[in-house]
Amino acid sequence: MKKYNVQIILAIALAILAYMAQEEIIGKYALSVLMFMGINVILSTSLNLVNGYMGEFSCGHAGFMAVGAYVSSVLGVMLFAKDKVFGPALLDPSLSIWIFPLIVIVGGVAAALAGLLVAIPSFKTRGDYLAIITIAANYIVISLVENIDTIGGARGFMGMKSVVKAMGKTVDMPWMPIWVFIFTILSVWIIRRFISSTFGKGVPAINQDEIAAEIMSVNTNKMKMVAFMLSSGLAGVAGALFAYILGYVNPGSFTILKSTEVLVMVYLGGMGSLSGSVLSAILFTLLLEALRPLQIIKWVVVPFLLILLMQFRPEGIMGNRELPDFFPRLKRFYAFKD
Amino acid sequence: MLLTVENLKVKYGNIQALHGISFNVDKGEIVTLIGANGAGKTTTLHSICRLPPPEAPKVVEGDIKFKGESILNTEPHTLVSVHNIALVPEGRHIFGNLTVKENLTLATYARKDTAGIKKQLDHVFELFPRLKERENQRSESLSGGEQQMLAVGRALMTGCDFLLLDEPSMGLSPLLKYELFRTLKRLNQEGMTILLIEQNASLALHLAHRGYVLDTGEMAAEGTSEELINDPEVKRAYLGG
Repeated sequence: MKKYNVQIILAIALAILAYMAQEEIIGKYALSVLMFMGINVILSTSLNLVNGYMGEFSCGHAGFMAVGAYVSSVLGVMLFAKDKVFGPALLDPSLSIWIFPLIVIVGGVAAALAGLLVAIPSFKTRGDYLAIITIAANYIVISLVENIDTIGGARGFMGMKSVVKAMGKTVDMPWMPIWVFIFTILSVWIIRRFISSTFGKGVPAINQDEIAAEIMSVNTNKMKMVAFMLSSGLAGVAGALFAYILGYVNPGSFTILKSTEVLVMVYLGGMGSLSGSVLSAILFTLLLEALRPLQIIKWVVVPFLLILLMQFRPEGIMGNRELPDFFPRLKRFYAFKD
Repeated sequence: MLLTVENLKVKYGNIQALHGISFNVDKGEIVTLIGANGAGKTTTLHSICRLPPPEAPKVVEGDIKFKGESILNTEPHTLVSVHNIALVPEGRHIFGNLTVKENLTLATYARKDTAGIKKQLDHVFELFPRLKERENQRSESLSGGEQQMLAVGRALMTGCDFLLLDEPSMGLSPLLKYELFRTLKRLNQEGMTILLIEQNASLALHLAHRGYVLDTGEMAAEGTSEELINDPEVKRAYLGG
Protein backbone atom coordinates (compact mmCIF):
# COMPACT_ATOMS: atom_id res chain seq x y z
CA MET A 1 0.00 0.00 0.00
CA LYS A 2 2.73 2.38 1.03
CA LYS A 3 4.46 1.76 -2.26
CA TYR A 4 1.61 3.32 -4.18
CA ASN A 5 1.27 6.47 -2.08
CA VAL A 6 2.80 8.77 -4.64
CA GLN A 7 0.77 7.32 -7.48
CA ILE A 8 -2.45 7.71 -5.51
CA ILE A 9 -1.68 11.32 -4.61
CA LEU A 10 -0.90 12.10 -8.23
CA ALA A 11 -4.06 10.41 -9.48
CA ILE A 12 -6.16 12.39 -6.99
CA ALA A 13 -4.43 15.61 -8.01
CA LEU A 14 -5.15 14.84 -11.65
CA ALA A 15 -8.79 14.10 -10.88
CA ILE A 16 -9.19 17.36 -8.95
CA LEU A 17 -7.51 19.32 -11.70
CA ALA A 18 -9.70 17.76 -14.38
CA TYR A 19 -12.86 18.32 -12.33
CA MET A 20 -12.03 21.96 -11.61
CA ALA A 21 -11.19 22.61 -15.23
CA GLN A 22 -14.37 20.94 -16.41
CA GLU A 23 -16.67 22.80 -14.03
CA GLU A 24 -14.73 25.99 -14.68
CA ILE A 25 -13.96 26.51 -11.01
CA ILE A 26 -10.54 27.73 -12.04
CA GLY A 27 -10.65 30.28 -14.79
CA LYS A 28 -9.12 29.94 -18.22
CA TYR A 29 -6.24 32.21 -17.25
CA ALA A 30 -5.27 30.29 -14.13
CA LEU A 31 -5.57 27.06 -16.07
CA SER A 32 -3.23 28.26 -18.80
CA VAL A 33 -0.70 29.39 -16.18
CA LEU A 34 -0.87 25.90 -14.67
CA MET A 35 -0.30 24.31 -18.04
CA PHE A 36 2.68 26.52 -18.84
CA MET A 37 4.02 25.58 -15.46
CA GLY A 38 3.93 21.93 -16.51
CA ILE A 39 5.70 22.72 -19.76
CA ASN A 40 8.36 24.69 -17.96
CA VAL A 41 8.86 21.78 -15.58
CA ILE A 42 9.51 19.46 -18.53
CA LEU A 43 11.87 21.97 -20.13
CA SER A 44 13.93 22.71 -17.05
CA THR A 45 14.24 19.11 -15.84
CA SER A 46 15.25 17.90 -19.29
CA LEU A 47 17.86 20.63 -19.73
CA ASN A 48 19.15 19.89 -16.25
CA LEU A 49 20.02 16.40 -17.46
CA VAL A 50 22.59 17.83 -19.88
CA ASN A 51 23.67 21.03 -18.15
CA GLY A 52 23.42 19.93 -14.56
CA TYR A 53 24.00 16.19 -14.37
CA MET A 54 26.29 15.83 -17.35
CA GLY A 55 28.07 19.17 -16.96
CA GLU A 56 27.95 20.07 -20.63
CA PHE A 57 26.60 23.42 -21.68
CA SER A 58 23.70 23.21 -24.09
CA CYS A 59 21.83 26.41 -24.80
CA GLY A 60 19.65 25.62 -27.78
CA HIS A 61 16.84 23.91 -25.94
CA ALA A 62 14.17 26.03 -27.66
CA GLY A 63 15.36 24.73 -31.04
CA PHE A 64 14.44 21.17 -30.10
CA MET A 65 11.19 22.46 -28.63
CA ALA A 66 10.43 24.01 -32.04
CA VAL A 67 11.09 20.72 -33.82
CA GLY A 68 8.67 18.91 -31.51
CA ALA A 69 6.08 21.68 -31.79
CA TYR A 70 6.09 21.86 -35.57
CA VAL A 71 6.25 18.12 -36.26
CA SER A 72 3.36 17.33 -33.96
CA SER A 73 1.33 20.34 -35.10
CA VAL A 74 1.62 19.48 -38.77
CA LEU A 75 0.89 15.83 -38.06
CA GLY A 76 -2.16 16.66 -35.94
CA VAL A 77 -3.59 19.11 -38.43
CA MET A 78 -2.95 16.73 -41.29
CA LEU A 79 -4.80 13.90 -39.56
CA PHE A 80 -7.68 15.63 -37.84
CA ALA A 81 -8.38 19.07 -39.28
CA LYS A 82 -9.37 20.68 -42.55
CA ASP A 83 -6.54 22.80 -43.77
CA LYS A 84 -5.83 24.85 -46.90
CA VAL A 85 -2.50 23.17 -47.54
CA PHE A 86 -2.96 19.69 -46.17
CA GLY A 87 -6.53 19.16 -47.36
CA PRO A 88 -9.35 17.47 -45.47
CA ALA A 89 -8.86 15.41 -42.33
CA LEU A 90 -7.37 11.99 -43.04
CA LEU A 91 -8.84 10.24 -40.02
CA ASP A 92 -12.16 10.34 -38.26
CA PRO A 93 -12.08 13.11 -35.57
CA SER A 94 -13.32 10.67 -32.94
CA LEU A 95 -10.01 8.84 -33.18
CA SER A 96 -8.21 11.95 -32.02
CA ILE A 97 -8.35 11.11 -28.31
CA TRP A 98 -6.35 7.94 -28.97
CA ILE A 99 -3.95 9.36 -31.51
CA PHE A 100 -3.16 12.62 -29.70
CA PRO A 101 -0.62 11.22 -27.20
CA LEU A 102 1.06 9.42 -30.11
CA ILE A 103 1.31 12.70 -31.98
CA VAL A 104 3.00 14.32 -28.99
CA ILE A 105 5.43 11.40 -28.69
CA VAL A 106 6.21 11.56 -32.43
CA GLY A 107 7.08 15.23 -31.88
CA GLY A 108 9.41 14.16 -29.07
CA VAL A 109 11.05 11.47 -31.20
CA ALA A 110 11.61 13.96 -34.02
CA ALA A 111 13.27 16.35 -31.57
CA ALA A 112 15.41 13.51 -30.20
CA LEU A 113 16.62 12.75 -33.73
CA ALA A 114 17.40 16.42 -34.22
CA GLY A 115 19.30 16.21 -30.93
CA LEU A 116 21.27 13.25 -32.29
CA LEU A 117 22.22 15.28 -35.37
CA VAL A 118 23.62 17.97 -33.10
CA ALA A 119 25.20 15.51 -30.67
CA ILE A 120 27.30 13.53 -33.15
CA PRO A 121 29.52 16.37 -34.34
CA SER A 122 29.50 18.35 -31.15
CA PHE A 123 30.77 15.73 -28.69
CA LYS A 124 34.08 15.56 -30.51
CA THR A 125 34.55 18.98 -28.97
CA ARG A 126 33.89 19.91 -25.38
CA GLY A 127 32.79 22.65 -23.04
CA ASP A 128 32.25 26.03 -24.61
CA TYR A 129 32.17 24.59 -28.11
CA LEU A 130 29.01 22.64 -27.41
CA ALA A 131 27.37 25.88 -26.29
CA ILE A 132 28.25 27.52 -29.60
CA ILE A 133 27.10 24.53 -31.63
CA THR A 134 23.76 24.36 -29.84
CA ILE A 135 23.16 28.08 -30.31
CA ALA A 136 23.88 27.61 -34.00
CA ALA A 137 21.49 24.64 -34.10
CA ASN A 138 18.80 26.77 -32.52
CA TYR A 139 19.23 29.41 -35.23
CA ILE A 140 19.25 26.78 -37.98
CA VAL A 141 15.92 25.37 -36.80
CA ILE A 142 14.34 28.83 -36.61
CA SER A 143 15.55 29.84 -40.07
CA LEU A 144 14.42 26.54 -41.55
CA VAL A 145 10.93 27.01 -40.17
CA GLU A 146 10.81 30.64 -41.30
CA ASN A 147 11.65 29.64 -44.84
CA ILE A 148 9.31 26.71 -45.35
CA ASP A 149 6.16 28.27 -46.73
CA THR A 150 3.92 25.18 -46.45
CA ILE A 151 3.98 25.49 -42.67
CA GLY A 152 3.39 29.21 -42.69
CA GLY A 153 6.95 30.47 -42.57
CA ALA A 154 7.42 33.43 -40.28
CA ARG A 155 3.64 33.96 -40.07
CA GLY A 156 3.29 30.83 -38.02
CA PHE A 157 1.11 27.78 -38.22
CA MET A 158 -2.35 27.19 -36.82
CA GLY A 159 -5.24 24.77 -36.81
CA MET A 160 -4.33 22.82 -33.71
CA LYS A 161 -7.36 24.23 -31.87
CA SER A 162 -9.62 22.13 -34.08
CA VAL A 163 -7.73 18.98 -33.06
CA VAL A 164 -8.25 19.89 -29.40
CA LYS A 165 -11.91 20.62 -30.16
CA ALA A 166 -12.28 17.27 -31.91
CA MET A 167 -11.06 15.57 -28.73
CA GLY A 168 -13.51 17.60 -26.64
CA LYS A 169 -16.40 16.69 -28.93
CA THR A 170 -15.66 12.98 -28.76
CA VAL A 171 -15.48 12.85 -24.99
CA ASP A 172 -16.33 16.02 -23.13
CA MET A 173 -13.30 16.43 -20.91
CA PRO A 174 -10.64 19.13 -20.46
CA TRP A 175 -8.08 17.19 -22.49
CA MET A 176 -5.22 19.64 -22.64
CA PRO A 177 -4.71 20.07 -18.86
CA ILE A 178 -4.96 16.31 -18.46
CA TRP A 179 -2.34 15.56 -21.09
CA VAL A 180 0.00 18.29 -19.88
CA PHE A 181 -0.25 16.88 -16.37
CA ILE A 182 0.38 13.33 -17.51
CA PHE A 183 3.34 14.20 -19.73
CA THR A 184 4.90 16.39 -17.04
CA ILE A 185 4.76 13.62 -14.46
CA LEU A 186 5.94 11.11 -17.04
CA SER A 187 9.01 13.09 -18.05
CA VAL A 188 10.06 13.84 -14.47
CA TRP A 189 9.63 10.13 -13.73
CA ILE A 190 11.69 9.10 -16.76
CA ILE A 191 14.55 11.44 -15.84
CA ARG A 192 14.50 10.27 -12.24
CA ARG A 193 14.59 6.64 -13.27
CA PHE A 194 17.38 7.33 -15.74
CA ILE A 195 19.52 9.20 -13.22
CA SER A 196 19.09 6.70 -10.42
CA SER A 197 19.72 3.64 -12.61
CA THR A 198 23.15 2.01 -12.74
CA PHE A 199 23.36 2.81 -16.43
CA GLY A 200 22.49 6.46 -15.79
CA LYS A 201 25.17 6.81 -13.10
CA GLY A 202 27.53 7.18 -16.03
CA VAL A 203 26.15 10.68 -16.64
CA PRO A 204 27.38 12.30 -13.39
CA ALA A 205 30.58 10.25 -13.79
CA ILE A 206 31.25 12.02 -17.09
CA ASN A 207 30.57 15.32 -15.38
CA GLN A 208 33.12 14.60 -12.66
CA ASP A 209 35.94 13.08 -14.63
CA GLU A 210 35.61 11.84 -18.16
CA ILE A 211 38.84 9.86 -18.16
CA ALA A 212 37.97 8.13 -14.93
CA ALA A 213 34.52 7.34 -16.31
CA GLU A 214 36.00 5.84 -19.44
CA ILE A 215 38.47 3.60 -17.60
CA MET A 216 35.65 2.49 -15.32
CA SER A 217 34.10 1.09 -18.52
CA VAL A 218 31.51 3.79 -19.07
CA ASN A 219 30.97 4.22 -22.80
CA THR A 220 31.19 7.99 -22.61
CA ASN A 221 30.31 8.72 -26.23
CA LYS A 222 27.20 6.59 -26.13
CA MET A 223 26.26 7.95 -22.72
CA LYS A 224 26.47 11.54 -23.93
CA MET A 225 24.41 10.67 -26.96
CA VAL A 226 21.70 8.95 -24.92
CA ALA A 227 21.50 11.79 -22.40
CA PHE A 228 21.41 14.45 -25.08
CA MET A 229 18.73 12.62 -27.06
CA LEU A 230 16.61 12.09 -23.98
CA SER A 231 16.95 15.74 -23.08
CA SER A 232 16.09 17.07 -26.53
CA GLY A 233 13.32 14.52 -26.97
CA LEU A 234 11.59 15.71 -23.81
CA ALA A 235 12.04 19.30 -25.00
CA GLY A 236 10.21 18.22 -28.16
CA VAL A 237 7.36 16.81 -26.07
CA ALA A 238 7.16 20.11 -24.21
CA GLY A 239 7.11 21.96 -27.54
CA ALA A 240 4.31 19.77 -28.87
CA LEU A 241 2.16 20.42 -25.80
CA PHE A 242 2.97 24.13 -25.99
CA ALA A 243 1.72 24.24 -29.59
CA TYR A 244 -1.56 22.54 -28.75
CA ILE A 245 -2.22 24.74 -25.72
CA LEU A 246 -1.82 27.93 -27.72
CA GLY A 247 -3.35 26.49 -30.88
CA TYR A 248 -0.82 28.54 -32.80
CA VAL A 249 2.94 28.42 -33.21
CA ASN A 250 5.36 30.79 -34.85
CA PRO A 251 9.13 30.63 -34.99
CA GLY A 252 9.35 33.71 -32.76
CA SER A 253 8.34 31.62 -29.73
CA PHE A 254 11.43 29.43 -29.98
CA THR A 255 14.26 31.90 -30.23
CA ILE A 256 17.39 32.05 -28.15
CA LEU A 257 15.41 34.09 -25.60
CA LYS A 258 13.30 31.04 -24.82
CA SER A 259 16.44 28.91 -24.47
CA THR A 260 17.81 31.48 -22.06
CA GLU A 261 14.61 31.33 -20.02
CA VAL A 262 15.06 27.58 -19.65
CA LEU A 263 18.70 28.04 -18.68
CA VAL A 264 17.65 30.53 -16.01
CA MET A 265 15.21 27.99 -14.61
CA VAL A 266 17.94 25.33 -14.42
CA TYR A 267 20.41 27.61 -12.66
CA LEU A 268 17.71 28.98 -10.35
CA GLY A 269 16.79 25.48 -9.24
CA GLY A 270 20.31 24.18 -8.89
CA MET A 271 22.47 22.09 -11.17
CA GLY A 272 22.00 18.41 -10.74
CA SER A 273 18.87 18.72 -8.62
CA LEU A 274 15.70 17.33 -10.11
CA SER A 275 13.36 18.64 -7.45
CA GLY A 276 15.16 21.97 -7.66
CA SER A 277 14.36 22.18 -11.34
CA VAL A 278 10.72 21.37 -10.75
CA LEU A 279 10.51 23.94 -7.98
CA SER A 280 12.26 26.66 -9.95
CA ALA A 281 10.11 26.07 -13.03
CA ILE A 282 7.00 26.57 -10.89
CA LEU A 283 8.42 29.65 -9.17
CA PHE A 284 9.68 31.13 -12.40
CA THR A 285 6.32 30.74 -14.14
CA LEU A 286 4.56 32.37 -11.20
CA LEU A 287 7.13 35.14 -11.07
CA LEU A 288 6.71 35.96 -14.75
CA GLU A 289 2.94 36.08 -14.32
CA ALA A 290 3.18 38.21 -11.20
CA LEU A 291 5.45 40.66 -12.97
CA ARG A 292 3.20 40.86 -16.02
CA PRO A 293 1.78 44.31 -15.02
CA LEU A 294 5.30 45.70 -15.30
CA GLN A 295 5.22 44.77 -18.98
CA ILE A 296 8.57 45.27 -20.67
CA ILE A 297 10.29 46.30 -17.42
CA LYS A 298 9.78 42.68 -16.41
CA TRP A 299 12.89 41.84 -18.44
CA VAL A 300 14.86 44.24 -16.31
CA VAL A 301 13.61 42.83 -13.05
CA VAL A 302 14.04 39.14 -13.87
CA PRO A 303 17.70 39.34 -14.95
CA PHE A 304 18.36 41.55 -11.94
CA LEU A 305 16.96 38.82 -9.70
CA LEU A 306 19.27 36.41 -11.44
CA ILE A 307 22.26 38.61 -10.64
CA LEU A 308 21.19 38.69 -7.00
CA LEU A 309 20.84 34.92 -6.99
CA MET A 310 24.34 34.45 -8.43
CA GLN A 311 25.71 36.82 -5.79
CA PHE A 312 24.10 35.32 -2.76
CA ARG A 313 23.31 31.73 -3.66
CA PRO A 314 25.29 30.73 -6.74
CA GLU A 315 24.44 27.06 -6.35
CA GLY A 316 20.73 27.77 -6.94
CA ILE A 317 17.79 27.10 -4.66
CA MET A 318 18.62 23.47 -4.02
CA GLY A 319 22.28 23.25 -4.91
CA ASN A 320 23.16 19.66 -5.64
CA ARG A 321 20.60 18.29 -3.25
CA GLU A 322 17.08 16.98 -3.56
CA LEU A 323 13.96 17.85 -1.57
CA PRO A 324 14.13 14.83 0.77
CA ASP A 325 17.61 15.97 1.84
CA PHE A 326 15.97 19.02 3.40
CA PHE A 327 12.78 17.39 4.62
CA PRO A 328 13.68 13.85 5.68
CA ARG A 329 10.01 13.08 6.22
CA LEU A 330 9.47 13.15 2.48
CA LYS A 331 11.68 10.09 2.18
CA ARG A 332 8.72 8.04 3.24
CA PHE A 333 6.99 8.96 0.03
CA TYR A 334 9.82 9.52 -2.28
CA ALA A 335 13.19 7.87 -1.76
CA PHE A 336 15.50 9.77 -4.04
CA LYS A 337 18.82 8.05 -3.77
CA ASP A 338 18.44 4.40 -4.51
CA MET B 1 52.58 -13.53 -24.38
CA LEU B 2 49.77 -11.58 -22.83
CA LEU B 3 50.55 -8.15 -24.23
CA THR B 4 52.74 -7.61 -27.25
CA VAL B 5 53.68 -4.21 -28.61
CA GLU B 6 55.30 -4.42 -32.04
CA ASN B 7 57.28 -1.66 -33.70
CA LEU B 8 55.00 1.06 -32.32
CA LYS B 9 55.30 4.46 -33.97
CA VAL B 10 53.16 7.22 -32.57
CA LYS B 11 52.62 10.83 -33.54
CA TYR B 12 51.02 13.85 -31.93
CA GLY B 13 50.19 15.95 -34.96
CA ASN B 14 53.49 16.30 -36.79
CA ILE B 15 55.66 15.42 -33.87
CA GLN B 16 56.76 11.84 -33.63
CA ALA B 17 56.85 10.69 -30.03
CA LEU B 18 57.69 7.01 -30.44
CA HIS B 19 60.07 5.75 -33.13
CA GLY B 20 59.11 2.11 -33.27
CA ILE B 21 59.34 0.43 -29.89
CA SER B 22 58.62 -3.20 -29.15
CA PHE B 23 58.09 -4.93 -25.86
CA ASN B 24 55.99 -7.64 -24.32
CA VAL B 25 54.47 -8.67 -21.04
CA ASP B 26 53.91 -12.29 -20.10
CA LYS B 27 51.24 -13.64 -17.81
CA GLY B 28 52.08 -13.25 -14.13
CA GLU B 29 54.94 -10.85 -14.71
CA ILE B 30 55.72 -7.40 -13.43
CA VAL B 31 57.26 -5.44 -16.27
CA THR B 32 58.39 -1.89 -15.86
CA LEU B 33 58.91 0.83 -18.41
CA ILE B 34 61.30 3.44 -17.13
CA GLY B 35 62.75 6.57 -18.60
CA ALA B 36 63.23 10.28 -18.09
CA ASN B 37 60.66 13.00 -18.70
CA GLY B 38 59.48 13.06 -22.30
CA ALA B 39 60.85 9.62 -23.07
CA GLY B 40 57.45 8.41 -24.26
CA LYS B 41 56.31 6.36 -21.29
CA THR B 42 52.88 7.89 -20.93
CA THR B 43 52.46 8.02 -24.71
CA THR B 44 52.99 4.26 -24.82
CA LEU B 45 50.37 3.75 -22.14
CA HIS B 46 47.87 6.06 -23.81
CA SER B 47 48.37 4.20 -27.09
CA ILE B 48 47.38 1.01 -25.31
CA CYS B 49 44.38 2.57 -23.57
CA ARG B 50 43.17 4.94 -26.29
CA LEU B 51 41.79 7.46 -23.83
CA PRO B 52 39.32 10.00 -25.20
CA PRO B 53 40.67 12.89 -27.27
CA PRO B 54 42.57 15.17 -27.07
CA GLU B 55 44.76 12.82 -25.02
CA ALA B 56 44.71 10.06 -27.62
CA PRO B 57 47.90 9.92 -29.64
CA LYS B 58 47.84 8.70 -33.22
CA VAL B 59 49.43 5.34 -33.92
CA VAL B 60 50.96 5.54 -37.40
CA GLU B 61 52.62 2.15 -37.55
CA GLY B 62 52.92 -1.02 -35.56
CA ASP B 63 50.46 -3.05 -33.57
CA ILE B 64 49.39 -3.72 -30.01
CA LYS B 65 48.14 -7.21 -29.34
CA PHE B 66 46.44 -8.56 -26.27
CA LYS B 67 46.19 -12.34 -26.09
CA GLY B 68 47.11 -12.44 -29.77
CA GLU B 69 44.31 -10.10 -30.77
CA SER B 70 44.90 -6.54 -31.95
CA ILE B 71 43.44 -3.98 -29.55
CA LEU B 72 44.48 -0.94 -31.57
CA ASN B 73 40.97 0.00 -32.60
CA THR B 74 39.04 -0.97 -29.51
CA GLU B 75 37.28 1.73 -27.53
CA PRO B 76 38.78 2.43 -24.10
CA HIS B 77 35.69 1.43 -22.11
CA THR B 78 35.86 -2.09 -23.56
CA LEU B 79 39.34 -2.60 -22.13
CA VAL B 80 37.75 -3.25 -18.77
CA SER B 81 34.52 -4.91 -19.78
CA VAL B 82 35.96 -7.19 -22.49
CA HIS B 83 39.70 -7.58 -21.94
CA ASN B 84 39.87 -7.20 -18.14
CA ILE B 85 42.60 -4.58 -18.35
CA ALA B 86 42.42 -1.84 -15.73
CA LEU B 87 44.30 1.44 -15.70
CA VAL B 88 45.51 3.48 -12.76
CA PRO B 89 45.91 6.81 -14.51
CA GLU B 90 48.53 9.43 -13.85
CA GLY B 91 47.12 11.94 -11.39
CA ARG B 92 44.71 9.36 -9.94
CA HIS B 93 41.45 10.71 -11.43
CA ILE B 94 39.25 9.63 -8.56
CA PHE B 95 35.77 11.04 -8.06
CA GLY B 96 36.45 13.66 -5.38
CA ASN B 97 32.94 14.27 -4.12
CA LEU B 98 32.08 10.61 -3.72
CA THR B 99 33.01 8.59 -0.67
CA VAL B 100 35.75 5.98 -0.77
CA LYS B 101 33.23 3.18 -0.90
CA GLU B 102 31.21 4.86 -3.64
CA ASN B 103 34.36 5.25 -5.71
CA LEU B 104 35.09 1.57 -5.30
CA THR B 105 31.58 0.41 -6.13
CA LEU B 106 31.39 2.69 -9.16
CA ALA B 107 34.23 0.69 -10.68
CA THR B 108 31.91 -2.31 -10.87
CA TYR B 109 29.75 -0.47 -13.41
CA ALA B 110 30.20 -3.22 -16.00
CA ARG B 111 30.07 -6.14 -13.57
CA LYS B 112 27.03 -8.23 -12.85
CA ASP B 113 28.27 -10.79 -10.30
CA THR B 114 27.15 -9.39 -6.94
CA ALA B 115 28.92 -12.08 -4.91
CA GLY B 116 32.20 -11.49 -6.72
CA ILE B 117 31.94 -7.75 -6.13
CA LYS B 118 31.44 -8.29 -2.40
CA LYS B 119 34.46 -10.56 -2.23
CA GLN B 120 36.54 -8.13 -4.24
CA LEU B 121 35.62 -5.26 -1.94
CA ASP B 122 36.72 -7.24 1.10
CA HIS B 123 39.96 -8.08 -0.66
CA VAL B 124 40.66 -4.42 -1.50
CA PHE B 125 39.98 -3.41 2.10
CA GLU B 126 42.32 -6.15 3.25
CA LEU B 127 45.08 -4.93 0.91
CA PHE B 128 44.56 -1.32 1.94
CA PRO B 129 43.30 -1.27 5.54
CA ARG B 130 43.51 2.49 5.47
CA LEU B 131 40.73 2.66 2.89
CA LYS B 132 38.54 0.60 5.19
CA GLU B 133 39.10 3.17 7.96
CA ARG B 134 38.07 5.98 5.64
CA GLU B 135 35.27 4.05 3.94
CA ASN B 136 32.61 6.73 4.30
CA GLN B 137 34.83 9.76 3.93
CA ARG B 138 34.69 11.96 0.86
CA SER B 139 37.65 10.89 -1.23
CA GLU B 140 38.89 14.43 -1.92
CA SER B 141 39.60 14.72 1.82
CA LEU B 142 42.10 11.86 1.65
CA SER B 143 45.82 12.47 1.55
CA GLY B 144 47.71 12.00 -1.72
CA GLY B 145 48.94 8.58 -0.77
CA GLU B 146 45.53 7.39 0.29
CA GLN B 147 44.08 8.71 -2.96
CA GLN B 148 46.65 6.68 -4.86
CA MET B 149 45.66 3.60 -2.89
CA LEU B 150 42.07 4.35 -3.75
CA ALA B 151 42.97 4.62 -7.44
CA VAL B 152 44.67 1.21 -7.30
CA GLY B 153 41.82 -0.25 -5.26
CA ARG B 154 39.32 1.09 -7.75
CA ALA B 155 41.18 -0.50 -10.64
CA LEU B 156 41.13 -3.83 -8.78
CA MET B 157 37.38 -3.54 -8.24
CA THR B 158 36.83 -3.87 -11.97
CA GLY B 159 37.87 -7.50 -11.59
CA CYS B 160 40.86 -7.10 -13.89
CA ASP B 161 43.72 -9.53 -14.29
CA PHE B 162 46.04 -7.05 -15.97
CA LEU B 163 46.93 -3.80 -14.24
CA LEU B 164 48.46 -0.79 -15.94
CA LEU B 165 49.97 1.78 -13.60
CA ASP B 166 51.06 5.23 -14.70
CA GLU B 167 53.53 6.81 -12.28
CA PRO B 168 51.91 5.52 -9.09
CA SER B 169 54.73 6.88 -6.90
CA MET B 170 54.30 10.46 -8.05
CA GLY B 171 53.96 12.84 -5.13
CA LEU B 172 54.12 10.13 -2.48
CA SER B 173 56.33 10.15 0.59
CA PRO B 174 59.04 7.43 0.62
CA LEU B 175 57.23 5.46 3.26
CA LEU B 176 53.97 5.40 1.33
CA LYS B 177 55.84 4.51 -1.85
CA TYR B 178 57.25 1.38 -0.21
CA GLU B 179 53.86 0.48 1.21
CA LEU B 180 52.23 0.81 -2.19
CA PHE B 181 54.95 -1.20 -3.94
CA ARG B 182 54.75 -3.95 -1.32
CA THR B 183 51.06 -4.22 -2.06
CA LEU B 184 51.78 -4.41 -5.79
CA LYS B 185 54.20 -7.25 -5.12
CA ARG B 186 51.58 -9.08 -3.13
CA LEU B 187 49.02 -8.59 -5.91
CA ASN B 188 51.50 -10.07 -8.36
CA GLN B 189 52.04 -13.07 -6.10
CA GLU B 190 48.29 -13.58 -6.19
CA GLY B 191 48.45 -13.79 -9.97
CA MET B 192 48.06 -10.25 -11.23
CA THR B 193 50.03 -9.20 -14.30
CA ILE B 194 51.39 -5.68 -13.95
CA LEU B 195 52.80 -3.16 -16.39
CA LEU B 196 54.37 -0.38 -14.38
CA ILE B 197 55.35 2.94 -15.85
CA GLU B 198 57.65 4.76 -13.50
CA GLN B 199 60.18 7.56 -13.20
CA ASN B 200 61.63 6.23 -10.00
CA ALA B 201 63.85 3.70 -11.76
CA SER B 202 65.48 2.06 -8.77
CA LEU B 203 62.20 1.49 -6.96
CA ALA B 204 60.56 0.13 -10.10
CA LEU B 205 63.45 -2.20 -10.98
CA HIS B 206 63.54 -3.63 -7.49
CA LEU B 207 59.90 -4.58 -7.81
CA ALA B 208 59.79 -5.78 -11.40
CA HIS B 209 60.93 -9.01 -13.02
CA ARG B 210 61.92 -7.39 -16.26
CA GLY B 211 62.36 -3.83 -17.45
CA TYR B 212 62.60 -1.68 -20.51
CA VAL B 213 64.38 1.65 -20.67
CA LEU B 214 62.88 4.26 -22.97
CA ASP B 215 64.88 7.20 -24.23
CA THR B 216 63.34 9.92 -26.44
CA GLY B 217 60.94 7.54 -28.09
CA GLU B 218 63.38 4.67 -28.60
CA MET B 219 64.12 1.55 -26.62
CA ALA B 220 67.54 2.17 -25.05
CA ALA B 221 67.92 -1.01 -23.05
CA GLU B 222 66.01 -4.07 -21.95
CA GLY B 223 66.58 -7.08 -19.78
CA THR B 224 65.85 -8.59 -16.41
CA SER B 225 65.81 -6.23 -13.47
CA GLU B 226 69.17 -7.44 -12.23
CA GLU B 227 70.79 -6.92 -15.60
CA LEU B 228 69.46 -3.41 -15.80
CA ILE B 229 70.39 -2.51 -12.25
CA ASN B 230 73.95 -3.64 -12.94
CA ASP B 231 74.15 -2.13 -16.40
CA PRO B 232 76.68 0.72 -16.09
CA GLU B 233 74.93 2.81 -18.75
CA VAL B 234 71.52 2.55 -17.05
CA LYS B 235 73.15 3.08 -13.69
CA ARG B 236 74.76 6.31 -14.82
CA ALA B 237 71.67 7.72 -16.54
CA TYR B 238 68.80 6.65 -14.29
CA LEU B 239 70.00 5.28 -11.03
CA GLY B 240 72.38 8.03 -10.09
CA GLY B 241 75.78 6.49 -9.76
